[in-house]
Amino acid sequence: MRILGISAFYHDSAAVLVDGGRIVAAAQEERFTRRKHDADYPANAVAYCLDQAGIQLGEVDRVAFYDKPFLKFERLLETYVAFAPRGFRSFRMAVPVWIREKLFQKDLLRRKLRALAPDVDWHARLLFAEHHQSHAASAFYPSPFHDAVVLTMDGVGEWATTSVAIGHGNDLEMTREIHFPHSLGLLYSAFTYYTGFKVNSGEYKLMGLAPYGKPTYSKIILDHLIDLKPDGTFRLNLRYFDYCTGLTMTNGKFDALFGAPPRQPDEPLTQWHMDLAASAQAVIEEAVLRLTRSLRKEIGIPYLCLAGGVALNCVANGKVLRDGRFDGVWIQPAAGDAGGALGAALTASHRLFGEPRPSVSSGRSGAGAPPRHSRESGNPSASPSACGKDAMHGAFLGPAFSLDQVRRALDAAGARYETLADDALIDTTAEALAAGQAVGWFQGRMEFGPRALGNRSILGDARSPTMQKTLNLKVKHRESFRPFAPSVLREEVADWFELDRDSPYMLLVADVRTERRKPPAQAQEALFGIDRLNVPRSDVPAVTHVDYSARVQTVHRETNPRYHALLEAFKAKTGCPVIVNTSFNVRGEPIVCTPADAFRCFMGTDIDCLAIGNCFLRKEAQDPALKREYADSFEPD
Amino acid sequence: MSFLRELWLFMRVRKKYWLFPVIVMMFVLGGLLMLSQGSAVAPMIYTLF
Repeated sequence: MRILGISAFYHDSAAVLVDGGRIVAAAQEERFTRRKHDADYPANAVAYCLDQAGIQLGEVDRVAFYDKPFLKFERLLETYVAFAPRGFRSFRMAVPVWIREKLFQKDLLRRKLRALAPDVDWHARLLFAEHHQSHAASAFYPSPFHDAVVLTMDGVGEWATTSVAIGHGNDLEMTREIHFPHSLGLLYSAFTYYTGFKVNSGEYKLMGLAPYGKPTYSKIILDHLIDLKPDGTFRLNLRYFDYCTGLTMTNGKFDALFGAPPRQPDEPLTQWHMDLAASAQAVIEEAVLRLTRSLRKEIGIPYLCLAGGVALNCVANGKVLRDGRFDGVWIQPAAGDAGGALGAALTASHRLFGEPRPSVSSGRSGAGAPPRHSRESGNPSASPSACGKDAMHGAFLGPAFSLDQVRRALDAAGARYETLADDALIDTTAEALAAGQAVGWFQGRMEFGPRALGNRSILGDARSPTMQKTLNLKVKHRESFRPFAPSVLREEVADWFELDRDSPYMLLVADVRTERRKPPAQAQEALFGIDRLNVPRSDVPAVTHVDYSARVQTVHRETNPRYHALLEAFKAKTGCPVIVNTSFNVRGEPIVCTPADAFRCFMGTDIDCLAIGNCFLRKEAQDPALKREYADSFEPD
Repeated sequence: MSFLRELWLFMRVRKKYWLFPVIVMMFVLGGLLMLSQGSAVAPMIYTLF
């Protein structure tokens, strides 16, 4: 069966194609339209998925949408009724949008599909999954676990904001839910808003800011904002929040509790904001830990899958892993709404049509097979979340470009480049990295999900004490307090970080090993904010946060041999198997998709070299007339 | 027409017939708002709605 999964109309539209239970293609619409978090119907992503599979839309057996519009509408109406007459301003703005568009999503989808395949009965072929069911399916079905408890946490879907499911083979049963307006995601978003960042995109920044502060407000949050039970279930005190009835996340009572109004985006960040970030982060971690501990105790399954926007909080994920309650933890790399397209498609494929799960079906069918845990078939390195054993193909599910296509794009753009053999390309790139240069690295299939994992990345030398500042200010044009993530050879990860497991999707935070740390001098300890980040704290200062933590990506020969070879070459030159890996884009820009996107970004920033496929470009060789002001063309996120 | 049929089916399955008058009210009020505003702009907060 061929299933096309679609997520759209809220944020992060995406399309996914699953064929016979195998994920063939997946991409977010923003990568094609170049509009960050694009919410429109993903026409380009659908076209790509069909093209990748070499089929027409009419050859797709089912289309699965990632949530249920009528259920969402029910929540909207019941919320307005419950809070009436408050909420009229919100009602006045939201209802026309629903009457014009959102209520008719099913018709809109059918129209879009009919335009491409007019002879198909789309009434029969169009399916809808619930939002959290889609998240849960995206976490469980591609995981390497035959049985697992699945925890999904986000802002809100239809009604659910937190849900628990139990996966067994092809079956995935939703067992319990916490409903809107009580939401861990919205609590975190409230602090994102309050500290002056954009809701639904600035949550990463709040997480990055937290290590600069102390959780001095955690008790106030737990005493006033959230009633957190010992088993991790919770209720928010809605008297402090405005999102049910107003146009902001928090209200005056929230301001009074913390003693100030929300920070405006152009106001400076102070220690107070950092302490608030640390406090919100600590509360979220506590809630997630209580949930996972109680689930382990009550359900007894030793494997955990996570998805939903809160599962992108890699600091909390790292705490869950180190808590040691579960033998294996697997997190969907596209844990946000884009991954919902994948979950909807996999639900249809595995649950509805009983197709085998590739990640657990070698030798035995997933459906109907006796219960077993993936460790039996997993990586002998004692990591049940072993990369290559899940069904995500390293998350490299997007478009790739042949050498001819790359050359044509570069020629059309007026680029000057040399074409190198594989070994020469890797050696030249490693040499540039070792010389402290920032390198654009564009290889193979684009990643699915918010992280660049070594195919659409900007790379740098992790040993350089100036690389973090250079990349933040001259290349990425983003806030200087934000740290970068390391890519490290899987074989070497335990020598550099307090981590003995695979982390192929950059979703786990671990500390730099003690013997690699360099304690700052007393005078340096007294520094504030970004100045603290600029103090070298380890042998790999460019990827070491102020609390010695790092958002680790392990690189595996099986899923990305080219990137693995680059890290090996870098290690051969420098003795260090760690490099900086940040997404190939500037602030507010979707990650590059095509060679033309990559060349534009290369010429608009201070990236020194660019490796696209086997073509290698140096900035000094390019025509200066092709340089352009670039960073300002995207709205800051 | 299929929209109305599906909406009715939804209310029946969910046993939420009481939503019917609310929906009618919403269409009337929403229609008036659309006529007076000319354009529909979503709230600039988290896309709850």
